[in-house]
Amino acid sequence: MKGKRGNVEKHYYLMVLPGLVWLFLFSIVPMVGIVMAFQDYNPGLGIFGSEWIGLENFRYLMQLDDSKQVIINTLIISSGKIVLNLLVPLIFALLLNEVTQLQYKKLVQTIVYLPHFISWVIMASIVINIFGYRGAINTIRSWFGLEPRLFMADPSIFRQLVIGTDVWKSFGFNAVIFLAALTSINPNLYEAATIDGANRWQKTRYVTLPELKPTIVLLGVLGLGNILNAGFDQVYNLYNPLVYSTGDILDTWIYRLGLTNLQFSLATAAGLFKSVVSFVLITISYVLAYKFADYKIF
Amino acid sequence: MVRDRTFWSRAFDVANIVILGLITLSCLYPLWYTFCLSISNKSAANAGLVTFYPIGFSLVSYKEIVSDIKFFNSFWISIQRTILGTGISLLVGIMMAYPLSKSKEEFRARDIIMWVLIFCMLFNGGLIPWYITVRNYGLLDTIWALVLAGGLPIFNTILIMNFFRSLPKDIEEAAVIDGAGPWRILFGIVVPCSIPVIATITLFVGVYHWNEFFHGLVLMSDATKYPLQTYIQQLVVSIPTNTSLTPDQYKRLSELSNQSLNAAKVFIAMIPMLIVYPFLQRYFVAGIMLGAIKE
Repeated sequence: MKGKRGNVEKHYYLMVLPGLVWLFLFSIVPMVGIVMAFQDYNPGLGIFGSEWIGLENFRYLMQLDDSKQVIINTLIISSGKIVLNLLVPLIFALLLNEVTQLQYKKLVQTIVYLPHFISWVIMASIVINIFGYRGAINTIRSWFGLEPRLFMADPSIFRQLVIGTDVWKSFGFNAVIFLAALTSINPNLYEAATIDGANRWQKTRYVTLPELKPTIVLLGVLGLGNILNAGFDQVYNLYNPLVYSTGDILDTWIYRLGLTNLQFSLATAAGLFKSVVSFVLITISYVLAYKFADYKIF
Repeated sequence: MVRDRTFWSRAFDVANIVILGLITLSCLYPLWYTFCLSISNKSAANAGLVTFYPIGFSLVSYKEIVSDIKFFNSFWISIQRTILGTGISLLVGIMMAYPLSKSKEEFRARDIIMWVLIFCMLFNGGLIPWYITVRNYGLLDTIWALVLAGGLPIFNTILIMNFFRSLPKDIEEAAVIDGAGPWRILFGIVVPCSIPVIATITLFVGVYHWNEFFHGLVLMSDATKYPLQTYIQQLVVSIPTNTSLTPDQYKRLSELSNQSLNAAKVFIAMIPMLIVYPFLQRYFVAGIMLGAIKE
């Protein structure tokens, strides 16, 4: 019997092999490249020939005004997204839950998921059009006698625009978990509340919200891991040099530093900073989620 | 549930339906707006006259696209990439998920591999080391860069594994008694029992490959090798990155492009998405719940 098991196990190793090779080539090998963060990397010499300079790259990065601004922008945009991507879908799910016409409910649900599946390249082109100088928003403004504004080139509203369009794009998708949680609430609770004379608002406040609390806490905790992810695809496709002061985030900055200005070592150092902080935060959020909500990824 | 019948309760119902209706329309608007721009005539589109309906109906944009070889070339690259990328991800993911769904006693390396997977999911070397690695493999400017460089989709593999683990054990045991080997059990029994989850993940990976633009931008130096999203990004969104740009220049730059033609290209790029959307719809709620609250 033991020989049989060993035989089966051999096939198991064969089955995981392609996946492990793929993982090794494109996830693990690049990790070796992290050493560039501690070198003055020279593409001609490679990582084995380049000069080691310790923490010099990090010291240099910390002195830059850019890096501080970029971290501030990242934190503002991502925390805005984390909070609103929790609240807006929650409110939407609660409103949808109050609809008694099932056909209408279904129609709404079918349509609001759509923007999530459209790429940021395409969404950004549409957002730039709509908020453009001759776009829909300025057309509507002109009906009220307001001057057209160049929204996409205005640093004072760029972050709001990024957060707003992101929330709009994904609220339907994010509401799915709340909608599922709503259907699993025990109807007896509502009946008991009705007998106690509760009105609709009171039922929402004292039955629905407490029942949703574990889901809200879980999603909030898991959101923590995204604090340095302000959304590369979105920002890269929406921004331009005029709004760098408020709109440039860690990922876009690292991209330009590394692949436009070819500062490989500096960009690797900045990327490593991001990876390490994110790793710690995600691990903490998973541990918290496991402790408080019994959430396991496997 | 007994319904409130007070005036305010009914007023709320009406307001609620109207608000939800407006929100829903806002989700359709980008689609509608792009479509309107694409079938409006060029000067009306560029002058910003199109807001809620097409102005000066014209199919010139679509006629122009028909003879645009670069557009179709990119479209074809995206199709190849999506099919290859989805197929390989799914096959490798399924093969990997099955042994990992076994207990540590049945597959001794299980826990170690699991921790390696989790580590690689949460930590990465960053953009530059990844780029240099792909370049060193000689994959730049090849379709394989687009297919493989994103790496093993770890989260999806874990989702498949979770589903495999939830299948009843006895179906496999019966097959073992009949003398079926692990490969026969996986592809003959486990996979057919997991069609809903595999369909969900196929759609998710497919959507990812279709929508991904960044690898095309970074890993393809030759614009004729861009996948469709990168092609559109360069055409519609891209703004020069020199910091001396002034608001006036920005305005003029955005007025230079042919809005109607661009909208037609964007609209065509959305069509495959719209075709699979009804299927996505059906499966993805189940798919999300797989990744959500367990046990």
